[in-house]
This record gives sequence, structure tokens and C-alpha cells, in this order.
Amino acid sequence: MTHELATSLVWLIPLPPFLAFALIVLFTNKSKALSHTVAISAAFLSWLGSMLVFYTAVTTEHFGEHPLADFVNWLPTGNTWLKIGVLIDPLSAAVLFFVAWTVLMIFIYSVGYHNFGQPAGDHDHKGLPPHGATVHGHTVPSVEPMYSRFFAFIGLFAFGMYTLVVSDNLLTLFVGWEIMGLCSYLLIGFWFGKPSARNAAIKAFMTTRIGDVFMLIGISFLYYATGTLTYREIFTEETLHVLSTVPSGVFGLSAAGLIAILLFIGTVGKSAQFPLHVWLPDAMEGPTPVSAMIHAATMVSAGVYAVIRMFPLLTAGYEGHGLTTAMSVVAFIGAFTAIFAATIAVAQNDIKRVLAYSTISQLGFMIAALGIGAYVAAAFHLVTHAFFKALLFLGSGSVIHGMEHGVLHTGNHHVDPQDMFNMGGLRKKMPITFWTFLIGGFALSGFPLVTAGFWSKDEILADAWGHGHMTVFITLAIAAFLTAFYTMRQITLTFLGEARTKEAEHAHETPLTMTGPLMVLSIFAIGYGWVGIPEHFPVFGGILPNWFHDFVGHTLEHVPETPEFSWIPLLTSLVVALGGLGLGWFVYKDVKSVSEDKLQFSLLKNKYYFDEAYQVIFIQPALWFSEVFVSKWMDKGLIDGILHIFGPTTGGIGAFIRNKFDVPFVNELLGDGSANATYWIGKNLRPIQTGRIQQYLILSLVILIVIGGLLFALLVRSA
Amino acid sequence: MIPLSWYLILAAGLFSIGLFGVLSRRNAVAILLGVELMLNAVNINLVAFWRYGDISMMAGQVFAIIVFAVAAAEVAVGLALVISVYRRRNTVVAEELDLLKW
Repeated sequence: MTHELATSLVWLIPLPPFLAFALIVLFTNKSKALSHTVAISAAFLSWLGSMLVFYTAVTTEHFGEHPLADFVNWLPTGNTWLKIGVLIDPLSAAVLFFVAWTVLMIFIYSVGYHNFGQPAGDHDHKGLPPHGATVHGHTVPSVEPMYSRFFAFIGLFAFGMYTLVVSDNLLTLFVGWEIMGLCSYLLIGFWFGKPSARNAAIKAFMTTRIGDVFMLIGISFLYYATGTLTYREIFTEETLHVLSTVPSGVFGLSAAGLIAILLFIGTVGKSAQFPLHVWLPDAMEGPTPVSAMIHAATMVSAGVYAVIRMFPLLTAGYEGHGLTTAMSVVAFIGAFTAIFAATIAVAQNDIKRVLAYSTISQLGFMIAALGIGAYVAAAFHLVTHAFFKALLFLGSGSVIHGMEHGVLHTGNHHVDPQDMFNMGGLRKKMPITFWTFLIGGFALSGFPLVTAGFWSKDEILADAWGHGHMTVFITLAIAAFLTAFYTMRQITLTFLGEARTKEAEHAHETPLTMTGPLMVLSIFAIGYGWVGIPEHFPVFGGILPNWFHDFVGHTLEHVPETPEFSWIPLLTSLVVALGGLGLGWFVYKDVKSVSEDKLQFSLLKNKYYFDEAYQVIFIQPALWFSEVFVSKWMDKGLIDGILHIFGPTTGGIGAFIRNKFDVPFVNELLGDGSANATYWIGKNLRPIQTGRIQQYLILSLVILIVIGGLLFALLVRSA
Repeated sequence: MIPLSWYLILAAGLFSIGLFGVLSRRNAVAILLGVELMLNAVNINLVAFWRYGDISMMAGQVFAIIVFAVAAAEVAVGLALVISVYRRRNTVVAEELDLLKW
């Protein structure tokens, strides 16, 4: 495919999901089959376009110097234009690749997850998860009542994600970013009949909004400082040099540092980094494909993608030793989030919540990698993580689905199908789900050599070691150990051992529309790591070229160097991965119930009381401020009080004028008086109007004589 | 020649008789007769002024003739009204025809 054709194609990639959204909302929403056909076709078209573009990208020589780029003049701003356009450079090509695959897989998975083909439920309501239908005396899963709406929303979401990826500037990136924020809200609150889902939706929206506001300030500042928002115009040597030398006047940061930090706060919200991580676990209230797509594969990755994009800005002024302030902040937040979320994940019992905290933790890995300048490692982990985390989420959805089967079978609705302590032994009931989940879990843990997660995580650790960032290295190593531990805990509790409940005994493998995407994603969860094996790795290094590093590295002007090979980070990765997995299996292999779990510390179970703390520090003061201060004191007291003074005063003036002027003078004297006078005159003159012609004539005659006499006397006699 | 004032006195007398008739008679037809007398008094004046003025100026005679014509038309309309009133109200007494009263 030629360069020009591919560039035109890039413009078209985001469109099909948006058209699908419009079509479903406007026309096809009555038909479930038509709606999912439209949505999946659209996802397929975008996938096809992305693959063609990706193919063009990888087959072009020196693609980093000749990316697919095009723009149009959009808004006239004085003498210049605000340009928007598309840009596929190696980084966005890599991101586009995983976005296209995960989006398509998740669309297909949603068909099975929402029980397409099953009868409508007996008592299902819109806004609540389906409760099952009775067919021939058996309870079977029932189809989601708002099936079409779901596909419309995820279509719009996919549009936002594709827009963000193909953008060549921060403005359209932000537009896609916000579209995803909206869809995240709509989809977390998809089952709006549940109060918990409603609250989670609002929480997610509000929390990410805090980040978004700072990000918008950062974008405005950047535009003010450089006059452009296009990446390739900002990331020139001169612009970056100017930005890194001009002081911003805040905390002694350079302009580049301040902008990078402001933009990074947007990422903190979107990618659920400490301290704005609280929304992501609650977002698990949404349907599982949503958790997989928004909260594992795409939207939260978009936050990391934005930081990777802004990497030149973040590292402006970095000489290779001694991190800049902005980088230190990013590295600290990332590393802290990585270990902090990993510890919480250890004590969670909800299968999806474990994965949610795991996502936060893994995103922390990427952020930390960026903070220490490991550009390629972060991008690599971003891609592999998207694959295996989407796989894990979809796998957990499959598990929940299977458990719901068991719940419908026994009819005991008090059993939580998401609680891992209600599971056990599912490997026999759900073999495909088990094996794919195992692959995903091992990839997440960094199981050596085979899985993708090993290579990407190892690269981050190697980078941290190689550039001498010991604190980050040790923190991430411990986090990686915890990751392996809680992953194995999850696998052990869910799939291994014997069934702990009747429901788990009656769990059922899910349909092909669900297991199919699992199998496809598990291929990537293994295979994608092999494109990024470091050259100097013992035995394996050099068999396959380190394609990912060469490819993505060329996004930057100066291709980052791979760190010297060292045994220490490699051994560390091996030890933490295998040690964590082994320990997880050893500790949990015989655990029968939640009371036998030694790690249920209330501090961890309650997520370090962050929700409670935020409740006290932010939400209650905000409520007090709005309910008491603004509403009661300011609005009802002060403003209404002033109005209450104005009201009676004006009323008094009005009454005074009415009583002293209007009523006596205008009404009675002028109004009634003139009417009365006219009436009196008429009444008294009436008798002369007798209707008798002769009397009139006599009167005329008399008057004529009088006037004639007068005229005679005055005119004739005096003359 | 008889002086002009004689004619004028005659006309004034005739006019006064007509006016008295109009004002005093109860019968509508008689009122019309009074009106005729007043018109004819005017005619006498017109013709007399013509005769004692410039005879070549015909305006006096012409006016007199116009007054005849108007008087004839007026009487025709007046009598028609009287007949119409009589048919409707069965009277021709002016005092009883007080429809214009308030």
C-alpha cells in the first residue's frame, strides 16, 4: 500500500464505530441481531484499516523518519491556523495494533456475555442485570434487556479511542479522551438500576474529571507557550530547548516541567494512579466487557499513551543523569502506585477487583518506567499489558458467567458469583477459560521466557537497574513479586482444588463467542513478547531481532539505547515471578474458606481506607460546603435575605404610591371625576333633546336671533 | 316704480307667515306647506334684487328657478316621508313623531 493511500486510510479508521453508534441509536436499536451486526462490522472495518496501516508501517523503511501524517487547517486563529490531523508513527502504530485487536475481540465477546440468543428474562428490567428466564421448568440465562444500547455505547467508545490514537495533536487527543470519559460513565452506570453502579459511575466521572481539568490547563499552557498543539511541531529541538529553559514561576519548574506535570495529572486520573486511583475498582460495577475494554485495555492505557507521547516534553532538559523534577514526580507516583495497588490486590476476594487493582499496579509500572526515561520499555509493557489484561478480564467475565449458570441452577441468589471463595475447581468445568486465564495470569506475573509479560516487565526492571535507579528498581521488584503472588492466589482459588460451593460444581463453560476471543488474546499474551527480546539476552538474545525496540524507539529523534545486559535484574525477575507464583500456590492450595486466609488484613481489605479518608477529607466538606455553607448560609441566608429586604421595601413604596397618589388622584379625581362630569352634563342636558322637530326649530330660531342680534350690535353698530 | 323695500317687506311677511306655520302647525303636511311659503319668500327676494340691480346679470332669476326645482323635489321627498310615516305609525302629527328623543 502506498504511503498516500495509507495516510488517507488513517483518517477513516475512527469513523465506522461512530457510524455504528449513530445507526444503532437512530435506527436499529429495536433489533438485537442487527445492532450487534452493525457494531461488530464497524469494529471489523476499523480493525481491517488498522491492520493495513500497521502493515504499511512495519514494511516502510525508516518509518520513524517518515510517519503517516496529514493535517487540515481547522480553526483560524488570527494569522495562523489551528491544525488538526492524523499521525501514525511507530508508537501509535503499535498502540493502534493492540487497540484494534482488543476492541474487535471485546465486541465479539460481548455477544456471548450479554446472552445473545437466550430468551428474554421473566422479570428483567432495563437498567438491571438479567436475572434468567424459565424454559421448560429450567432456569436459563436471559438476554440483556438493553443489548442494543450496549453496542451503541461501546461503538462510541471505540470511536473515542481510535480518535485518540490517530490524532497528531493534543486537542483531538483530548476530544477522544473526553468521549471515552463519557462512555466510561455511561457504561459503568450501564445497570443504572443498581445504586452501587450509579455511584460508581459518578465517582469515576468526577475523579477522572479532576485530572482532566489539570490536563486542559496543561494543554492551554502549552498552546500559550508554543502556539501549537501538534506533536511534531512541539517536539522540535528549539521548542523543547526554549520550554526547558524558560522558568514557569511555579515550584521552580521549567515551563516544560510544569506542562508535563499538568498533563500527567490528567493521566493520573485517567490511568487511575495514586491518589486518583479510587474510581477504577468501583468501575467494576459495569459489565465485564466494559471492564476489559475501558478499564484494562484501552481507556486506562490511553493515559499512559498520553505520557509516552509527551515523553520529549517530560524529559526536556534531562541530561542522562539526575532526573528532572517532572520525571521524579512521575517516577515516584508510578512506583508508589505499583506497589501500593499490588498490596491491596492481595486481600481482595472479588475476582474482578483483584484484576482492577492489578491494572492500577501495572499502569504504575509503565508510569514509573517513563519517569526513569525507559521509553521503549513503557510502550512495550503498555502493549503486552493491554493484551493479557484484556484476556484476564474477559476470562474473569467468563468465570462469572459460568458461576451465574451455577447460581441459576441452584436458585440460591445469595451466592456472590464474583467471590473467589465461592469458586474452586473450575478448571474441569471450564477448561478453555482455565487455560486462557492461566496464560493471562502467567503473563501478568511475568512467567519466565514464555509469556509476553516477562519480557516487557524484565525490560522495565533492566532499565531501572541499568540507569541506576535503585529505589524504583527495588519497589518495582517487590511489586512484581506481589503481582505474581496475588495472580497465583486468584488462579488457585478460582480454578484449582475442589469446588467450594454447589454453584461452582454446576458452573458451565461459556459459548464460543466468549471463549473465541479468549483464545485469540492468549496467542498475543504469549507471542507478543517475542518481538522485544533484548539482543544481549543469554541464549535467546539475537535469535529474533529486538524488533519492538528498533521500531518504537525510532519515534524519538534520538533512539534510546538499550541498557547493558546484567544478570541481576534478570535473576530478580525470575525469582520474583517464580517465587510469587510458587508462594501463591503454596499458601492457597488448601484454603477452604475466607476465614482460613491469613492475609485478610482489614487495612488491605479496606484499601488503606482511602475511600473513607476521601469521604472525610473531600466529600463531606464538599457536601457541607454545598448544603450548609452555600445553600443554607449563602443562598437561603444572605442572598435570600437581601431579596427579602428588597421585596417588602419595594412593596411598601408601591403601596404608598398607590394609596397616596394613584387611588385618590389618578383613579378618583382624574378617572372617575372626568367620567362623572361627563355623565352629569349629559344627564342635565338630556331634557332639551325632546325629539320634537318644532322645538328644535324654535331653539334654532332663538339662537339665530340672539347671535344675529349680537353680531348686529357688535359689527354693524360699532362700524 | 314701486320701491324695493315694499317687495322686501312682502317677502319678510311671507317668510314670517311660513315660519309661524312651520313652528306652530301640528300636521306634518302643513309644516311642509310652511316650508314652501318660506322658500317662495326667498324667491321674491331673489327676483326683486335682480330687477333692481343689473338686469343683464341673470343670476337672480336662475337662482329662483333652481329654488323652484329644489322645492319641488323637497316636497316630493317630504310627502313620501309623510305617507311612509303615516303607514307605519298611523299619524302625521309632528309632536308624536319623537323618535329622535334620548
